[in-house]
Amino acid sequence: MREAVLFFFIVVAGTAGELCVSRAMKGIGEVHDFRPKSILSFVLQSLRLPWMWLGIALMSLGFFSLLAILSFQQVSFVVPVSALSYAAGAFGAKAFLGESVSRNRWIGIAVVCLGVTLVWWSSR
Amino acid sequence: MTHTRRLQLKTIPLIVVSIILGPLGNVFLGKAMKRIGPLPSERILDLLPIAPRVLMSSYIWLGVACLLGFFIVHMLLLTWADYSYVQPATSLSYASVTMLSYLILGEAISPLRWLGVAVICLGVFVVGRTSPSTTGAAKRA
Repeated sequence: MREAVLFFFIVVAGTAGELCVSRAMKGIGEVHDFRPKSILSFVLQSLRLPWMWLGIALMSLGFFSLLAILSFQQVSFVVPVSALSYAAGAFGAKAFLGESVSRNRWIGIAVVCLGVTLVWWSSR
Repeated sequence: MTHTRRLQLKTIPLIVVSIILGPLGNVFLGKAMKRIGPLPSERILDLLPIAPRVLMSSYIWLGVACLLGFFIVHMLLLTWADYSYVQPATSLSYASVTMLSYLILGEAISPLRWLGVAVICLGVFVVGRTSPSTTGAAKRA
């Protein structure tokens, strides 16, 4: 049960955090200039966006959940299972960012889920 | 030397670095947290006394450094290589994290787990081979 809750945070909060950051980034627009000064101003600009802060908070929650689960579970179990974030990412990107997800991508995600199921069984 | 060949010469070594660095980061985090021991889960406040031990652990910082290095290499790669080229290649990181867990942490990996990891690699490979932008912004560019 404790594992399920922590995986939920790793996968859902981690992915939701990335989606928030992605939304903030899309708000700023594409970066063409890679000089240090422009990158710094880009970072400062992004820190003014609430989506960025929400994203950082959610990603931190995901990271600390990862540390917590690693305190009692094997790395070779935790990291492969966290590949479920590909599924969460596709659902989130569709619902939240309005991206369309191709059929091939759904097939890949189904295969990932099958692999995660096998890894999950391997620890039972 | 053709342009494609030159690109491969700098892309492939960096992909190999990212496939090792990211998983190595997770393995170090795992090593650090195993030393600290199972975290109490009854009350959130019980976690506070453990926080300094986590922050003082050199393996945690080594892991964070590896993950940061991975992140920078990944970003660098994406400045010249296509996401749909880089992402399937990095699907191998699920195999390397399993291998490194076995070699560095001595975790026992059952055949079923290896099979699951192989299936995950395949799935991530398929996910990565689909178009990286569907919202139109990149198509116009």
